[in-house]
Amino acid sequence: MPVRLQKELQKLKKRILSLGAMVEERVRMAIKAVETRDEKLAKRIIEMDREIDENEVEVEEECLKILALHQPVAVDLRFITAVIKINNYLERIGDQAVNISQRVVSISRRPPVTVPFEYKLMAEKTETMLRESLDALVNLDEDLAHKVCLKDDEIDDMNREIYDKVKEVISSHPGRVGYMINLLLVSRHLERIADLTTNIAEEVIYMVEGEISRHRMNESFSIS
Amino acid sequence: MNNALKMATKKLNFYYRDFQALHEISLDFYTNQVTALIGPSGCGKSTLLRCLNRMNDLIPYSRAKGEVLLDNQDIYNPDVDVVTLRRRVGMVFQKPNPFPKTIFENVAYGLKVNGLKDKSQITDRVERSLQSAALWDEVKDRIHESALGLSGGQQQRLCIARALAIEPEVVLMDEPASALDPIATQKIEELIHELKKTYTIIIVTHNMQQAARVSDITAFFYLGKLIEVDQTETLFTRPNLKQTSDYITGRFG
Repeated sequence: MPVRLQKELQKLKKRILSLGAMVEERVRMAIKAVETRDEKLAKRIIEMDREIDENEVEVEEECLKILALHQPVAVDLRFITAVIKINNYLERIGDQAVNISQRVVSISRRPPVTVPFEYKLMAEKTETMLRESLDALVNLDEDLAHKVCLKDDEIDDMNREIYDKVKEVISSHPGRVGYMINLLLVSRHLERIADLTTNIAEEVIYMVEGEISRHRMNESFSIS
Repeated sequence: MNNALKMATKKLNFYYRDFQALHEISLDFYTNQVTALIGPSGCGKSTLLRCLNRMNDLIPYSRAKGEVLLDNQDIYNPDVDVVTLRRRVGMVFQKPNPFPKTIFENVAYGLKVNGLKDKSQITDRVERSLQSAALWDEVKDRIHESALGLSGGQQQRLCIARALAIEPEVVLMDEPASALDPIATQKIEELIHELKKTYTIIIVTHNMQQAARVSDITAFFYLGKLIEVDQTETLFTRPNLKQTSDYITGRFG
């Protein structure tokens, strides 16, 4: 491989990983903000999102530059196209951290409601998925990536459970409707983060195996 | 841009008899940068390259109008010594053209012509030039064998070594890799990237991808006119003019 292209790809890998680390940190902060009902922290996360957006644009420009100037092929080409997508997924995960923070801002001024469920497990699982998908990217570990994809179903189930419980609370305590809807949305945002994380894992699989694994899971479900 | 201006053309026009090959070309070339000249056949890119060390002087009934500045001195000024000029502005051609002599003599030739007599100095310079041209490791054990026994890619790097031996400031390259296979081409491209740390490099290439890979600045020519010049990265991702875009995307030319 040409030395210059190799150097550019190394640089790009570092950049996407540092964006990943940044997004991971934001999600962790957002979950903490929910747990502690910390309005200040939530507002800081919202403000800091610009940093992620700027990084996303820079990574994309870097990818376009490499494509235009070096015409990469095979694994190098797959790497760049995967990075373009992962870059976008990461930015959207950052947006979900912002969405969660906005929910925190809405509920933090109201009196707390004891809810019959807790986010902790769902949040932890989502966080783990995100971390594993980034580890899979760093180490080009397709086994780990496959594992991440499977975990998404658990998160979907948890989201459904929370939906049912929120429905119950709303019908028995109509005065808490606004609060409960905000909590339901937090669950929904976490579920979206898990989806986007699955997308990242699928790109890692594509990068390593050259096979597009998206939509594959659904197919096997409908057959069985 | 931080790099110093090394060469420039100012409203340069060039004629082969009645045919005007270049129209009012004003273009700057910077030290430690690779400038690529691209465009379809007959666009004037090679003519421009040859104006930069007055190689066109050899063509009967041709004439240049306008200025070509090297370190701010007009090289078309009557008291410029063309031999000195060509020592400062070296050239590598499309086809490798080694002399039918040994590898050593090919590189030493320019030094001897320029009056260098000290043998150890010559040996030293030959080795350094071959190293700069990334050829030394491949030929050091057969340096006194014929240059014609080298592969095409090696011959071209030998020609680059020969050009470097006389320590030019600017290196002009006219399609230096068009006669070579992909691996040899890659070597030349890597070499160009190394050489720009020391020299000002101006390269004519038909191969747009090559221009994209090796150059910092790209100038696009069409029908003897400079259409667009920009940072290579910009020109190949978002050119300003439709004409440039059409050419680099292969829609015409």
